[in-house]
Amino acid sequence: MTPETLLHPRREGLYCPPGDFYIDPVRPVARALITHGHADHARAGHGAVMATQRTLDIMALRYGPDFAGATQVAGAAAINGVNVSFHPAGHVLGSAQIRVEHKGLSIVVTGDYKRGVDATAEAYEPVGGDVFITEATFGLPVFRHPAPQAEIAKLLRSLEQFPERAHLVGVYALGKAQRVIRLIRDAGHDQPMYIHGALKTLCDYYQEQGINLGPLASATIDRSDKAQFAGRIVLAPPSAFAAKWAQRFPDPLICFASGWMQVRARARQRGVELPLVISDHCDWGELTETITELAPGEVWVTHGREEALVHWCDLQGITARPLNLVGYEDEAE
Amino acid sequence: MKRFAALLERLALTPARLGKIKLLKDYFRDTPDPDRGIGLAAITRDLDLKTVQPAMLRELAVERVDAELFRLSYDYVGDLAETLALIWGAAGPAVDVGLAEVVDQLNGAGRGGAPAVMRGLLDGLDTSERYALVKLATGGLRVGVSARLAKQALAGFGGVDVTEIEELWHGLEPPYTEVFGWLEGRTAKPAQAALAPFRPVMLATPLDQDNLAAMDPGEFLAEWKWDGIRVQATAEGGVRRLYSRTGDDISGAFPDVIAHMGFEGSLDGELLVRGADGQAAPFSELQQRLNRKTVSKAMMEKRPAFIRAYDLLHEEDQNLRPLPFADRRARLERFIAGLNGDRFDLSPLVEVPSWEALAAARTDPPHPVIEGLMLKRRDSIYVPGRPKGPWFKWKRDPFLIDAVLMYAQRGHGKRSSFYSDYTFGVWQGANLVPVGKAYFGFTDEELKQIDKFVRDHTVERFGPVRSVRAEADFGLVLEVAFEGLNWSSRHKSGVAMRFPRIHRLRWDKPPGEADVLTSLEAMLPPK
Repeated sequence: MTPETLLHPRREGLYCPPGDFYIDPVRPVARALITHGHADHARAGHGAVMATQRTLDIMALRYGPDFAGATQVAGAAAINGVNVSFHPAGHVLGSAQIRVEHKGLSIVVTGDYKRGVDATAEAYEPVGGDVFITEATFGLPVFRHPAPQAEIAKLLRSLEQFPERAHLVGVYALGKAQRVIRLIRDAGHDQPMYIHGALKTLCDYYQEQGINLGPLASATIDRSDKAQFAGRIVLAPPSAFAAKWAQRFPDPLICFASGWMQVRARARQRGVELPLVISDHCDWGELTETITELAPGEVWVTHGREEALVHWCDLQGITARPLNLVGYEDEAE
Repeated sequence: MKRFAALLERLALTPARLGKIKLLKDYFRDTPDPDRGIGLAAITRDLDLKTVQPAMLRELAVERVDAELFRLSYDYVGDLAETLALIWGAAGPAVDVGLAEVVDQLNGAGRGGAPAVMRGLLDGLDTSERYALVKLATGGLRVGVSARLAKQALAGFGGVDVTEIEELWHGLEPPYTEVFGWLEGRTAKPAQAALAPFRPVMLATPLDQDNLAAMDPGEFLAEWKWDGIRVQATAEGGVRRLYSRTGDDISGAFPDVIAHMGFEGSLDGELLVRGADGQAAPFSELQQRLNRKTVSKAMMEKRPAFIRAYDLLHEEDQNLRPLPFADRRARLERFIAGLNGDRFDLSPLVEVPSWEALAAARTDPPHPVIEGLMLKRRDSIYVPGRPKGPWFKWKRDPFLIDAVLMYAQRGHGKRSSFYSDYTFGVWQGANLVPVGKAYFGFTDEELKQIDKFVRDHTVERFGPVRSVRAEADFGLVLEVAFEGLNWSSRHKSGVAMRFPRIHRLRWDKPPGEADVLTSLEAMLPPK
């Protein structure tokens, strides 16, 4: 059998005909395997969902307990004779790669993944296969994520320089928020931190799962005292900065934690004053090193800058092609 | 180098003036000599640095990275320096090298040695430092900090008035160790060593016409506002200098003026060039002589420069700035009488019998190179900066036309994903002919609307440029404001606009009703 008969894109998402299931479908389907809880990968309304326990928990928190007809915790399993297994992807809590194997042919779908150290996600586990379907969100050689600790140091330095300003840090609600909070705590910052209401549920969940984020106060409050936010760190989804919500803070200094912040024009476009280059995806070095390490027979490149990574594979003599899947968003955009 | 790189990174994204000043002050406080002074000079553009060409950087890049990957990256990032800084990757052990040392290395490299020096530096620096290095080496820091703002930060750092810094500045050399010593209270204030220093200029505020009624015409003197550049011509003890209004020394480009500065004193006036008729020529002619380090003889003959003086700051060794303007003016008139009339003349006063009469004069100036009026209180002393009250500028109303958006180009920096540069045209028969380009004058909200219009109605793409639908009954009409119009052989339409900007978006207006070329031609000066 050819790899395309085992997995190929359809309008709904990546489909496995012999197993009759989809991976991260963007529309409701009868059977879905979900890599992780980000909204563009994990949608509500499928008939049956298989995912890690934590991804199922996260989907239930976001969509309510009835987000799917039936759920099954991921484990080694056979679906209509197709063997599937889930392996940590290091992207966010609960995130997994999915390995699909049938009649001696194996394909690994990375979903989104990263290899950098992250105390708030299960560490990536290298898994090879005949075909490696990799994300390429940061698939250009200009993307080399700096050490996240150095980025957090910039934030703390800015707090010292501008103690009268509230530092509003834009973070995606799942994963980025908790990672940034944890990094700030690990850097020794022991002042109160405030979070936007949209982050609370997931922060609470991380804490329940044993990931210590320290005390977090609600940023919803007490209009009488704007000054309470001076020199404080406030975390919120970036979309909140354009809303009236942001008016309660004294002379806010807009920060944004994202891999995109590596490119200055991106920071300027968004009116970000302090970019923090912290990503939950692989950078170029990690993408290419992983392909080298796993040495798959073939690489399919999806969501992101496919062209450059495919070109790099060509240069290395690795068979590669872009896999056009629709419906996935850039990180935190 | 780390501190300088971090400073540039923050400055480039910090919009507020006070924020920038704070960052600069902290940099001065935390960075040792001589690095802080070199950093300051880099920002004020007083640093003497051998620059490298972008082509050399490209060559360096493709030594390290596959050409196609570099192309894709550059395409995405949109800035050569940034692409190079990001793509380089660490090749050697990190090196902690000071800014002064980096500048020494760049200046010490011979023509053939520059690539090796750059390569060596790039290998030892981190991403942010590499970016700073490349920006520095290509001569384009562009961090949104003027020399004046940097001097204000320096003044704030030492708790002195900025004019003290500005007055000293022209006797100083990087790395300014003696200045930092003084500002930190460790050493005495450096003496103004240089003759003919720059004296911070006094600026006018725009006139709010509603306030005229409350102003007494008898208390003011009026002059024409000439469309050249503000300069200060100072000659002391044999040293002659021509300064721009921000204190840049532009003497090198105007030896024809310098040659006739056989006086002892300091004049404030408008630098202009003469056209073939011997009269002041339009700004576009003067522009040919600006931003040059030197000038050819032919250029000086074709466009001789002169100063139309309107103030006298120093005469012999006497400081006239504490005197009332009316007194300075009288001294100026006597002073000018003794100079070569081809190179120095007097900006004439305009009678102010009443505001109504002055308003009428404003709409009908006697010369095309006049862009409005200046009002100065008779009793105003000369103070640096832009005090509100003593001096007003009352510019002529801009010209307005309705033009049709024809092409749009993606902008740079924070607009690199927005179509923000617009080429617009007017009708010539049934066709539109481009008459100008503008990239400001609209709000961020309007920018988003135009960007959407461009994306939704693209006809063709040429790289970063798109042509958009522009038909008699469909398209976007832009009301364009501009300060003047000139003949141009470089444009298909034969006209060139001065200072065009988008005045208003006319979503309501059908393109068929936009202006025609002949109505623009009617605004042109005689050929």
